[in-house]
Amino acid sequence: MKAAVIVFPGSNCDRDLAVAFERAGADVTMVWHKESDLPAGVDIVGVPGGFSYGDYLRCGAIAANSPICQAVVKHANAGGYAMGVCNGFQILTETGLLPGALRRNAGLKYICRTVGLEVATQDSAFTSGYAKGDVIDIPIAHHDGNYFADDETLARLKGDDRIAFTYTDNPNGSVDDIAGVLSANKRVLGMMPHPERAADAGHGGIDGTAMFSALMTQVVTA
Amino acid sequence: MKARVYVMLKNGVLDPQGEAVRHALGSLGFDGVEGVRQGKVIELDLADGTTEATVTEMCEKLLANTVIESYRVELS
Repeated sequence: MKAAVIVFPGSNCDRDLAVAFERAGADVTMVWHKESDLPAGVDIVGVPGGFSYGDYLRCGAIAANSPICQAVVKHANAGGYAMGVCNGFQILTETGLLPGALRRNAGLKYICRTVGLEVATQDSAFTSGYAKGDVIDIPIAHHDGNYFADDETLARLKGDDRIAFTYTDNPNGSVDDIAGVLSANKRVLGMMPHPERAADAGHGGIDGTAMFSALMTQVVTA
Repeated sequence: MKARVYVMLKNGVLDPQGEAVRHALGSLGFDGVEGVRQGKVIELDLADGTTEATVTEMCEKLLANTVIESYRVELS
């Protein structure tokens, strides 16, 4: 599996995400935001966490309009895989690849701790390594993770089984406890929690590793 | 010419920052503040002849996230 991890000015989880992909056996290329093309043959794009462009205007808004994001949108629209974590999720909603938006946390505070996530569907390359209903421990670290989508969008997400993860104890006010969502073809995932920060015994938990190892088997055979 | 763009969270989208401001005003003794909505103002210096349609396009593409925000343009 060939993975590309995008690096924006202000990204700070890019190397963690690259290491998680590498540990799973992927061949990883880091791609600077000014590039206008992804490396040839890339199977999956990782859009990392951080504070791209200083979170100016809105989290992810400037990054979503960067040259490389046009290439990411093209890749995804052609059926390619992509995952956005934290700021990466905000960026993917801003590009329109994923529905909804992330607002300021309901409690207004930046939250950095490990939370419980319930796996809401097994039916995606990202979540196939878990069983529906599994509860996994994954860290969050965000100020703007309060997921919003209108009722019509929520109904569509539920009806099409596109909610990937929900919080067991909603930390930020997200509608319907939503922590991560999938695109219509289930090849694009956005989630606020950081699976790449639970991918090594030294992290204090390894519940994120199943996502990366499942991607290795699912994406290669796709 | 100048344009001023007002970006607000849409009605129906909870504004936690506005709520916090409302509480703070209440604790300062200002009674009767029934709601606070917080938004932003963006001022643009534009070349003469820039159309309102162009500014609207700027709002749609970048300045506002129309999933959660509404915007209003004033040209002067």
